Order: sequence, then C-alpha cells, then structure tokens
Amino acid sequence: MDRGLAGVWPALLDGFTTTVMVSFSALLLGAPLAILLAAASRGGRVPSRLAGLYLSFWRGTPILVQLLIVFYLLPFLGLELEPTLAATMALALNTAAFQSEIYRAGLQAIPRGHIEAASMLGLSASQTFFRIEAPQAIRLMLPALIGEMQALVKNSSLVSVIAVTDITRRAQQVAASTFRPLEAYASALLLYVIIGAVLACIGLLLERHLSREAKR
Amino acid sequence: MSGFVNDIPLYAAGLATTIAVSLLGIFISVIVGIFLALALRSRFRLIAIPARGYIEFARGAPLALVLFLLYYGGPQFGLLLSPHVAGIVGLGLYGAGPFAEIFRAGFSAIQKGEREAAEMLGLTPGQSFLNIELPQALRVTLPACVGQTINLVKESAVLSVITLGELTKVAGTISSITFAVVTPYLTIALLYWALVETIARLGFYAERRFTAKGS
Repeated sequence: MDRGLAGVWPALLDGFTTTVMVSFSALLLGAPLAILLAAASRGGRVPSRLAGLYLSFWRGTPILVQLLIVFYLLPFLGLELEPTLAATMALALNTAAFQSEIYRAGLQAIPRGHIEAASMLGLSASQTFFRIEAPQAIRLMLPALIGEMQALVKNSSLVSVIAVTDITRRAQQVAASTFRPLEAYASALLLYVIIGAVLACIGLLLERHLSREAKR
Repeated sequence: MSGFVNDIPLYAAGLATTIAVSLLGIFISVIVGIFLALALRSRFRLIAIPARGYIEFARGAPLALVLFLLYYGGPQFGLLLSPHVAGIVGLGLYGAGPFAEIFRAGFSAIQKGEREAAEMLGLTPGQSFLNIELPQALRVTLPACVGQTINLVKESAVLSVITLGELTKVAGTISSITFAVVTPYLTIALLYWALVETIARLGFYAERRFTAKGS
C-alpha cells in the first residue's frame, strides 16, 4: 500500500457522509410528495392527469438532466440555493415519482374485502387506513422501497456534476491530486457497493421482523 | 430564437449519438445478461457463484464511477479506451446485471417438460436452448426488457461525464457557448422524453404482436 492509496479513504469517508445525507433527505422529502401524487392519481380526472404528467416527466428523463435543470432553473425563479440543497431537491422530486408508484401499487394490492370487513366491524375510514391498510401495505412495499433507496444512493453519485462533494466528487479530487485514478475510483465504487449491500441487509432484517409481527 | 434554430443540427447529432451508443450498450448488456443468466442456472458452483457476485456488485455500482474507472483508471494498467468504447462497454457491463435477473426469471418460467420433450425429440441442448427456450424466454420477458431498455437510454446521459458527445454533452456545450442554461437542458429533456415514450409505444406494439402469435 503506497501513499496514494492511504490518502483515499479519509477523503472518501468525508464524501460518504454527504452521499448518505443527500440520499436519505431526498428519500424523506420525496415521501410526502409521493403520497400526494398517489392520492391524486386515484382521484378525479384533472388531478390524475396532472399526476400522470408529473410521473411521465420525472420517470421519462435522465436524472442527470433533471439535476441540471433544477440547478440552473432555481436562480431564474429567484431561489439561490447552494448546490447540496439544489441536488437534494432534484433527487427528492425524482424519487417522489418512483415512490408514488410503489405506494399506489402497495395500497392496490390489499384485497377490497379487508376494507369492507373493517367498515362492517364499525371501524372509521382513518382507523381502517392506519390499522388495516397501512400495516399490510408497508410489508408489501418494503422490498420496493429498499430498492428505491439503493437506486437513490446510486443516482446521488451524479450530484458530483454540480460540485457537491459526495463520494464520487471526492474520488475525482483524490484521483486528480494523487494521479492514481484507478485506486481512487475502485475504492469509491467499492464504497457504493458496500452501502447497497448494507441497505439490502437492513431490508431483509426489517422484512423478517415485520412478518414475525404479522404472525403474532 | 435564431440561435436555437442554428443549434438544431447539434441537437440532432447528439440525439443520434445517444441512440447509437445506447443501442450498442444495450446489445452488450443483453448478450452478457444471457450468459450470466445461464451461468446462474449452472450446476457448477464455480460458475454460478461468480455470476451471482457480479450481479450483486453491479446492483450497487453507479454508472458514473464505472465509466471513470474504465476511462481514467484504465490507462494505469495499459487499457487506453476512447470515450465511445469506454462509454459503450461501461453501459453494457452496467446493464448486464439487471438483464441477467430478467432472463433468469424468464428461463425459470419455462416448464421443465419442454426441455425434456426437446431432448426426447432428439434436439441437442444447444438446439433446445436456441429454438425452444430462448424464444419463449424473450417473449415472457419482453415488458421487463422494454423497461430496462428505457432505463439504459436514460442512463446513457451519464456518458457525458467522460466527454462523449451525446445529447446531454451537446446541451452542456451549447450552454457554455451561448450562456443560456435553461433552454438547452429543457430541450434535451423533451427529446429524451419523446425517445422514452417512443420506446414504450414500440414495446406495447411488440408485446401485442408477440402474444397474439404465441397464443
């Protein structure tokens, strides 16, 4: 191990914090918007058309382009955001489209009989949602949500293009200063793969936990 | 506005490059994906485990880093690639994992009796694979393949980070010359959107035709 390689990890771990922060906040910020979109697409003609247009655009164009549009468009709208914030916003707007499909599919998968049975038993609409629909839907949606989280971490590597110092940007800096791009990029790649694997493990543990809860 | 008209040939060239490199990358993805799917089915662990490892690794790897590694890291061990070759190979290797998963599911959907019947009729394993299993697997997996094709066309925007002159790179070039940033990026977003919608429509059409033929 030479000097070049020893310098890689502190920089990458610094980028790691940014990568995790950006992707996790994007996931959380996107969730309420996704729920709104899912509700709108189940609603009347106009709301469902608008939601459909939103989904089609954010699912049908490259994330890199969406990121650049948000980054360059915000100043025109009078919003001077720093790159990290703009990047988080772009990723949140993107993941909202993908998450809303997950929520919609999850709620759709619950048999109508459950909802009818709940109303027969005298449960209110909100009780039915929180006690009957949501717990089942969460279990059904979990694998897809973990997949979306993994995709989000992967996609977040593109924020390096607008100079956010995430793992990828840090790897570029290290590659430029040490003249050892191979080691820098390979280490960064490994770090992303490890994050993805950890997320998958968390997903499996949660799934096992939830199915045990359900059996009780 | 006249500036925009002058830029139309640039956008057209960028779109053509995007389509060309995506097609080549997807072609590599499909071929490597089929081999990976076959390797997953193998009785030999020495073949099945590395294939599984590759798929799991590719699942977590961002395309941008795969491209950096090939294009900037390659020369360190004597691998000098042009942006086009690095981009196409990178996209191909990146997309192979998801395609392998799709084909694995497709192959496992084919009943074992079909292969046994083919064997009884005297077909070699190779003939049985090419004439019986592969056509059915492709038909079953068509919707998923269309989805993955769309994904890779969108991901091809990342090829701009290694200076490949596709659509996203074209927008960057135009905005650096004209100092207009919003118009170029909105323009290419619409072009990508149209491209993706076209692929989705073609997919629906192909699906209808194939399933009609199959039933």
